[in-house]
Amino acid sequence: MTTKTWSVPVLRQVYGWLLLAPAAILLVGFTHYPAVATLEHSLFSTGTLARPSRFVGLANYAALGDDPIFWQVLGNNFWFALGTIPTSIALALLMAIWVNGKLPGRALVRMSYFTPTVLPMIAVANLWLYFYTPQIGLLDKVTALFGAGSHNWLGDPHTVMGCLIAMTIWKEAGFFMIFYLAALQSLPPELEEAARIEGASRWYFFRRVTFPLLMPTTLFVLVNATINSFKLVDHLFILTKGGPDNASNLLLYYIYQVAFSFFDIAYASTLTVVLLALLAGFAILQFQLVERRVHYR
Amino acid sequence: MKKLIGLLLLFAALLAGSFPAKAVELTFYYPIAVGGPLTKVVDNLVAGFVKEHPDVKINAVYAGNYDDARIKALAALRAGQPAQMSVLFSIDIYELLEQDAIVPFDDVATTPEDKAWLKSFYPALMANGTYKGKVYGIPFQRSTIVMYWNKDAFKEAGLDPESPPATWNEMAQAAARLVKKDASGNVSRWGVMVPSTGYAYWMFQAFARENGQDLMNREGNQTNFAHPDVVGALQYWVDLGKKFKVMPEGTVEWGTLRQNFTEGKTAIMWHTTGNLTAVKDTAKFPFGVAMLPASKQRGSPTGGGNWYLFKKSTPAERKAALEFIKWVTAPERTAEWSIATGYVGTRPDAYETPKLKEYVVGFPQAAVARDQLKFATAELSTFQTGRVRKALDDAIQAALTGGKSPADALKAAQQESERLLKPYR
Repeated sequence: MTTKTWSVPVLRQVYGWLLLAPAAILLVGFTHYPAVATLEHSLFSTGTLARPSRFVGLANYAALGDDPIFWQVLGNNFWFALGTIPTSIALALLMAIWVNGKLPGRALVRMSYFTPTVLPMIAVANLWLYFYTPQIGLLDKVTALFGAGSHNWLGDPHTVMGCLIAMTIWKEAGFFMIFYLAALQSLPPELEEAARIEGASRWYFFRRVTFPLLMPTTLFVLVNATINSFKLVDHLFILTKGGPDNASNLLLYYIYQVAFSFFDIAYASTLTVVLLALLAGFAILQFQLVERRVHYR
Repeated sequence: MKKLIGLLLLFAALLAGSFPAKAVELTFYYPIAVGGPLTKVVDNLVAGFVKEHPDVKINAVYAGNYDDARIKALAALRAGQPAQMSVLFSIDIYELLEQDAIVPFDDVATTPEDKAWLKSFYPALMANGTYKGKVYGIPFQRSTIVMYWNKDAFKEAGLDPESPPATWNEMAQAAARLVKKDASGNVSRWGVMVPSTGYAYWMFQAFARENGQDLMNREGNQTNFAHPDVVGALQYWVDLGKKFKVMPEGTVEWGTLRQNFTEGKTAIMWHTTGNLTAVKDTAKFPFGVAMLPASKQRGSPTGGGNWYLFKKSTPAERKAALEFIKWVTAPERTAEWSIATGYVGTRPDAYETPKLKEYVVGFPQAAVARDQLKFATAELSTFQTGRVRKALDDAIQAALTGGKSPADALKAAQQESERLLKPYR
């Protein structure tokens, strides 16, 4: 038996930590520890039972610099992000304003805009595979109506990335629309009334009032869209497997290939570290740059 | 009566010392790469064996596709989970050797009868499982590439629907007549399609073999991508699109090719025998299956899964595992397996069994893959196999999409593979 009893502040500390523990354990176990372990793996060579792994310093990073496929997929990812992010955000905003107004069958329109988001990416890719398939695909059947010949959409390195971008915009815009719609509905209606009394045009009202007030949503959507442009690769498994000749390969899919097709865990870790650093960099940049123009209420 | 035979067999086995007195428990992983309820077929095989060998317990673990199965089996071995044997991709052999995970069958199959068993399979199917003269892989679920042709389209084009093209020239000429254009000059039916996504290297092996070249050596540490005849093989593939205009330019998708064929959008396709049943079920026109056409010779790579024996096992377990693999690959079981799956019967005597004989009479297309085995070669498999394969895949796609000339693309792939394989010589 101890004679000393726990003091109240200590107990409160313990209580607080206990409350934090479940989330903290999950976060450390599934986020922080793997990230640190990845960093560690990237400094070692890939081991086999015959040749155990050993410390190689930055050799994996040097190999990365010399890997033409790495630079190609990085470039692809850049174009993929540039192609998907601005368009899907603009489209989302447009759709949100459209379905926020009074129009017949509003619920139906909202739902149909949102439907692509609900579908799993693999299902979407399987659908679009048949849109893009030469001759029997929907796209070719439509262009045939205008007398155009069949085009090998996914088999041509010049069109394959455009095809993926179009599909991703279709998939994502509805998701972002929901955020804009929620934000639009929380805007006080007095603002619009006041603007109307002042004789502001609709475009002026949008540009000077609505859009700035939507800035927090835009930031949120922008961060999400950027992350998604690096995170979404499910469709590659179905549509192109990164081909032809890596023309549609993205960084995360390349990591998958290196890890599970080449079994080069060390190099896959190195690529993952680069991906993590890139995403962290983007997040910091976005929060710092955009924060200045964001009006939190 | 059955029980008595079982007991006798058991007794004989005990006498021969091939079974320990106490029960042995075996675990194996297996992949399924084609459609159909094959897990049931495997379960039935296992049940059949256990019935005859009551002192052996077998756990058959379905492990997804070939990649999944390899990952799971290796992960299980690393984690100390028991697995004494597995069906894995035939081309995983070098990866498994490098991981020091497998033992040669020669070490366990020591009796004259066992040695004869090792020699009872088609030699073409043994090529992927043999390393430095020792057998590491026993063929089980194996396939090859064949040519499917649309007999109606042949008739329409004024070609003999019963005689498929037998050489590259004949195929190019027949395909040119089979191309159909609509009023505005757009192609509504292509002459031939060879898929070039997913398994481009596999299809390309067929072209290379037909042009007289294998793409790698038996030790798996040297590739032959830049040989003039290999370049010539890729040139022909590219020419089908660019020069003869009988195939769409760019890459042809593996996954939708079967629909292209069954909807009549291409008159000829090259595809795996694994698609035979699906084509049979969906094609609304009579179709034929033939060996791939020849340039200098016929040729096709084999593909599919082999049995492997894992190193982490006791001698008693290895004996029992060998007993099981011998049992599963016996002629009768091989015949049943081939009929149930569409895979090639792995040994000549399986085709002598009444069951398979009868099946082939009713469905002669099933025998084409077997007849082609005479000309078949091992599937591309080397050390660092994933990377080497990707280098070749990229080269093929670069050439087909016009990014590089066949010679340049293959030279680059050869350089990459030289770099990768040097440490293994």
